[in-house]
Amino acid sequence: MFTNNTHHNQDPHHEVEYSKEDKALFGFWAYLMSDCLLFACLFEVYAVLKNSTFGGPTSQELFNMPFVLVQTLILLTSSFTYGLVSLHAHHTNHARKVLAWLSVTFLLGLAFLSMEIYEFMVLINEGHGPSTSAFLSAFFVLLGTHGAHVLVGLIWMAVLFVQVYKKGLTVANTGKLAVLGLFWHFLDIIWIFIFTIVYLMGVI
Amino acid sequence: MKNSYKITDERFEASQNAFRSYTIGFVLSLVLTFIPYFMVTKQVFGASSLLVAIVFFGIAQLFVQVIFFLHLHPKSRPHWNIIVFVYTLVIVAFLVVGSLWIMHNLNTNMMGKTPFNSNEGYVPSFDKNK
Amino acid sequence: MFGKLTTEALPYDPLVLAATALIVLVACSAIGALFYFKRWTWLWKEWITSVDHKKIGIMYILLSIVMLFRGFSDAVMMRSHQVLAVGEAKGFLPPDHYDQVFTAHGVIMIFFVAMPLMFGLINLMTPLQIGARDVAFPFLNSMSFWFTAFGALLMNTSLVIGDFARTGWLAYPPLSGLEYSPGVGVDYYIWAIQIAGIGTLISGINFFATILMMRCKGMTLMRMPVFTWTVFCSMILVVISFPILTATLALLSFDRLFDMHFFTSSFGGNPMMYVNLIWAWGHPEVYILILPAFGIFSEVVVSFARKKLFGYTSMIYATIAITVLSFLVWVHHFFTMGAGANVNAFFGIMTMIIAIPTGVKIFNWLFTMYRGRIRFASPMLWMMGFIATFTFGGMTGVLLSVPGIDFQLHNSLFLVAHFHNTIIGGVLFGYFAGITYWFPKIFGFTLNERLGKLAFWHWIVGFFVTFTPLYILGFMGMTRRLQHIGDPEWKPLLIVAAIGTAIIGIGIAIQVLQFIVSIKNRKQNLDTTGDPWDGRGLEWSTSSPPPHYNFAVIPTVYGRHPFWDVKYSPTHVPLVPVYEDIHMPKNTAVGFYIGGLAFVFGFCIVWHIMWLAVLAFIGMIACVIVRSFDEDREYVIHKDELLRIELLRHGGKL
Repeated sequence: MFTNNTHHNQDPHHEVEYSKEDKALFGFWAYLMSDCLLFACLFEVYAVLKNSTFGGPTSQELFNMPFVLVQTLILLTSSFTYGLVSLHAHHTNHARKVLAWLSVTFLLGLAFLSMEIYEFMVLINEGHGPSTSAFLSAFFVLLGTHGAHVLVGLIWMAVLFVQVYKKGLTVANTGKLAVLGLFWHFLDIIWIFIFTIVYLMGVI
Repeated sequence: MKNSYKITDERFEASQNAFRSYTIGFVLSLVLTFIPYFMVTKQVFGASSLLVAIVFFGIAQLFVQVIFFLHLHPKSRPHWNIIVFVYTLVIVAFLVVGSLWIMHNLNTNMMGKTPFNSNEGYVPSFDKNK
Repeated sequence: MFGKLTTEALPYDPLVLAATALIVLVACSAIGALFYFKRWTWLWKEWITSVDHKKIGIMYILLSIVMLFRGFSDAVMMRSHQVLAVGEAKGFLPPDHYDQVFTAHGVIMIFFVAMPLMFGLINLMTPLQIGARDVAFPFLNSMSFWFTAFGALLMNTSLVIGDFARTGWLAYPPLSGLEYSPGVGVDYYIWAIQIAGIGTLISGINFFATILMMRCKGMTLMRMPVFTWTVFCSMILVVISFPILTATLALLSFDRLFDMHFFTSSFGGNPMMYVNLIWAWGHPEVYILILPAFGIFSEVVVSFARKKLFGYTSMIYATIAITVLSFLVWVHHFFTMGAGANVNAFFGIMTMIIAIPTGVKIFNWLFTMYRGRIRFASPMLWMMGFIATFTFGGMTGVLLSVPGIDFQLHNSLFLVAHFHNTIIGGVLFGYFAGITYWFPKIFGFTLNERLGKLAFWHWIVGFFVTFTPLYILGFMGMTRRLQHIGDPEWKPLLIVAAIGTAIIGIGIAIQVLQFIVSIKNRKQNLDTTGDPWDGRGLEWSTSSPPPHYNFAVIPTVYGRHPFWDVKYSPTHVPLVPVYEDIHMPKNTAVGFYIGGLAFVFGFCIVWHIMWLAVLAFIGMIACVIVRSFDEDREYVIHKDELLRIELLRHGGKL
């Protein structure tokens, strides 16, 4: 992740040269900024449409709050366990521990996603699918987009697991782990907003 | 980053700092999740106070995760990350606040006053022949 | 098995059949030529799989030129049809065809002419200007190009198989929703733009990172060339605004594919929300297009007025101001939708404010020209033509920014004339100036000056002859996108506009001729020094064309005009270059494959061939994963090879 200890000087004469891994990390951060805008749009659409239930059930009636709390805690824990992945990749250089915590994070992420898919299936089976009202369209797409990002993160995690398993903690692999870390923490931050704006505000 | 060598004192301390950072971040986030959850599910205050409270806790947790998980703070390098992040947040604020204001005005002025499938007062005069 | 695709999708309309025949003819000729001259391997190795920013830049520009022909044909069709459709006359384009023509014209010109032209020039020159050997992410650069090219291919496929959207270039719902556009047209529209849009977003990230992280030693931000600065700010706008387009079109596609209700007129949907979102992207988009053109003008005016740029710092701050303000004006595109006086007043005032930094730039250019020693070469003509034309267009924009006036002129031909004024006078003239200015650097020979000047005069005269009548017609009450014109008083002005279009057409033909003649005469017009215009930036210090590695030794700069200092500064001491091995990225076909799969995906989604769409999507992900396992991505140029090439360039001396 972003470090305290590279390039101490303020670099007034621009003497710095950046490595490929530095560039990848920064480029990915720029991509995350674009993703912020994507989610901002989806949140704004949700905010405009959240009362457009077309006579159907409202958020107060639909949301299962204890279930959502468990989901939130799972994703938050996975963000913490990824922190441990980063720690062992960057500081202690311990490939086995990286792989172990990567697996834990993966399982937690998978659990989160399964819970979300379950919630979607329940809603659809009860006749509250995304095509029943504007509110539900906005709900499914906002959460579904976040879920799709989580799925991409899980696939990425699996690929990186294989690469670290085969080649160990090379410079390239450590760089890739740092980039995935940015992504994974970002997804948890977006979930905070979903939890607050969709679920908490939905049941006030 | 570096080839594997034995963990030196300096690296041990760095890893301890990192561990501390992630643990503090995790515990704070847990707290900042539970408090608004119970406030809302137990309906501790009225609607508008709850709204303010959960927004406050949400933003607080954003800061916690950005600082303790993403390690984004004034000393981190390259310093472009913060500038870019602040710019993005500013533009998100412009767009979201602006859009909510615009949509609110549009909805108030344009929706519900005349039913959509009525032609009251409006006669289209385009040529229907193709 | 084939979704909605049947033989009924093939064209039957005579005009479309003719266009199809032409496309097939051109494609077959190109393929035939490749076989005859045995150039398939060369094409694959040197161009299709290239990750060299210079080659990618050339391909972008070639794409934009090809699409310019299609977009311009649409313009010719519209102008000539309108002349022939006044009063009793019916014209030659039935409404559903005419509607596709104006929609395609807008989409092609913005997404497949202006954007690729811009990215072409950015690709060509940005690494050279900052003293870098390539961009930050060369593989992604290749992939971005192929996404754009395959998006264009999807757009062109809509001409032959099926039809295109009939909604205008921004496809407002509910017209673009499933109920009122049940065919494939809007789906082609959505996916061509989405695919090209992903390419654009990735390029935005690429150049943003390149400029921040790959500048040579000593090049602080305030020492960067103005073109690099404007590219930098334009890329920031891309990264922040394109996700809005992606999200909005995705929501529209969900309405159409999955029967969702974001923008439907019932079930709680809100069509006005689409307009709000799409313009929140659409306004920054026009600044994305114009800022690099402004940068080119700054470069050109310095070279041809032979004077330092007036007010470098204020230029930069004006550009940065635009990068923030462009997100605060978007409602001026829909003053009439009903947001009310307060909203309209705020955004009207912001629109007037954003004209100020542009005004600062215009004055800086004028002050640069003042007491310069101007050479009226064709890049300078484009620049001066821009000052006249764009200023006029900007002023009509400020007129439109007054909500009360806009209520009269919204969606009239006055509006159409305004935005063509700024886009042609600003964006197009700028990129033409850039091509003419930098052509010798990229290809090693200069373009024919006489034909270049002739083309310029046809463009500027043609522009005013076409669009002045449209301004007048707008004031007289004529709306845009009319397939039939009821008022015979409008006919004479429409005829003048059509004549203007013909003049522009001749201008385009002259430009084509210019390329042909220049290539034919290239041996007589070689640029042997690498510095045909006595330039100031690092790009002029390389040979023409530059070697594939750009710089044998990465330079160190000490000021804003590094090459000028090298040439003329009495204190400059030329260093003996010390060569080291260089690592360059290897070519790869993966970008091409991913783009191709994106095309298959888009085509299948349009026709609801879902099984193949899923396969194509999985294929794209598989390509990315396979690429991530590839560790053999670089090759080495040994220092002896460098020495040999550099010696050859300098005629035996270092």
